[in-house]
Amino acid sequence: MTGMLAEGFLVSLQIFALTLVGSLPLGMLVAFARMSRFGPLALLARLYISIMRGTPLMLQMFAIYFVPYYVFGIRLTTDSKWYATILAFIINYAAYFAEIYRSGIQSIPRGQHEAAEVLGYSKAQTFFRIVLPQVVKRIMPAMTNEVITLVKDTSLAFSIGVIEMFTVAKQLVASQVSMLPFAIAAAFYWVFNLLVDFVAGRIERKLSYYHD
Amino acid sequence: MTSAASAKKGAEKNAENSVEKNGPAPVVSLEHARKSFGDVEVLHDISLSVAPGEVVAIIGPSGGGKSTLLRCLTLLERLDGGDLSYEDVAVARGGTYGDKNVLAQARARFGLVFQNYNLFPHFSVLRNVMDAPVCVQRRDRSEAEAEARALLAKMGLAGSEDKVPCQLSGGQQQRASIARALALHPDIVYFDEPTSALDPELTAEVLRVIKRLAAENMTLVIVTHEMGFAREVADRVIFMDGGVIVEEGPAEQVIDHPREARTRAFLSQRER
Repeated sequence: MTGMLAEGFLVSLQIFALTLVGSLPLGMLVAFARMSRFGPLALLARLYISIMRGTPLMLQMFAIYFVPYYVFGIRLTTDSKWYATILAFIINYAAYFAEIYRSGIQSIPRGQHEAAEVLGYSKAQTFFRIVLPQVVKRIMPAMTNEVITLVKDTSLAFSIGVIEMFTVAKQLVASQVSMLPFAIAAAFYWVFNLLVDFVAGRIERKLSYYHD
Repeated sequence: MTSAASAKKGAEKNAENSVEKNGPAPVVSLEHARKSFGDVEVLHDISLSVAPGEVVAIIGPSGGGKSTLLRCLTLLERLDGGDLSYEDVAVARGGTYGDKNVLAQARARFGLVFQNYNLFPHFSVLRNVMDAPVCVQRRDRSEAEAEARALLAKMGLAGSEDKVPCQLSGGQQQRASIARALALHPDIVYFDEPTSALDPELTAEVLRVIKRLAAENMTLVIVTHEMGFAREVADRVIFMDGGVIVEEGPAEQVIDHPREARTRAFLSQRER
């Protein structure tokens, strides 16, 4: 039983990892679009963030899953469930990460930008050498929160029929007439989040060599 | 006294070197500068030039335009009208600015020391001083490091190279930021109320460092509320109020025997 759950958990972990790999950089692009001085782009980013945060992730998964069929008449396969899930997770989490990035970037005092400008740093140098390292430190607690939420949100893939751990647990509960599979699944999520918390703590400690 | 040779940087200090027609070429020259924020004009037709080796103190009440003037001179704000040049680099003509390269050339000519230091908190003190020379001026790393260490030692910060700014006192941070400005070999260094965030003891240590730079013929422009310091260190004192230069001249004249009623009123309200 635990073996079956562990297999399901590997799928959950794949959703988790692929979502991070896609949404962490995409969120940065969205954050830049949101802060752009070019009005239409900023407005578009706001709309994107508003929809992604304002509607359920489960619904977004279904929308992405069914749109190719209803709009383009493409036949859906088992694979398309998987791709729809990953895509939905990525674009949804990118919106949240974008807002966390933005909060961090905008919290860096103006004086830092001015000092860099007077010293002759280019815009890119200022961002990558001066601003970004300070942003990482500032947003760590919010990012940890969001990543922990993501671990648990992977269970939403159950609703679309991806066989991840929660799907397995539900089937086991039904077949064995026991709540135990749920308890074990909960333990998996919890222990993994302990690990996330531990890693985040290590990073925060590493960045605690200064305060501002 | 003023020959072509002495016009070069590092020239003998000229006690009365307010710039005349045939004086040394000014390090910075500002003509008929105007600057508005919305409907409010904060600089009205300001003209100012600073000769090599000259130390200029700018005094006056808050909101009088001192900081805005400094921010315009350091390109942090754009003028609405007037000319600005750093020797052969014409930054702005009639309020129209040159391109990116021109601005970059101008930025290489000056340094700025901020009131609240604005050191980079995530860099060590040493890296704060050597990062721009390496990263902006593409100087050799070990050479830049050696120079940064020497500058820090000169600022009394030997032994603090590997600390981060938050481990330093305010006075030490300000001295580190002076080293950071000097590391780029500017022709002129601006100070924007460098001691306003410091207690008297820390103020004294920062002022000592600035006096030493003045004694080495650095060209300095200092916005300050420290009248005693201004009188001691400055060749020329400028009193600004209401967006205009109300009065300027040698320190003894402007601070001790001001001609203008507004200067007198301002100075009489302060402790010397």
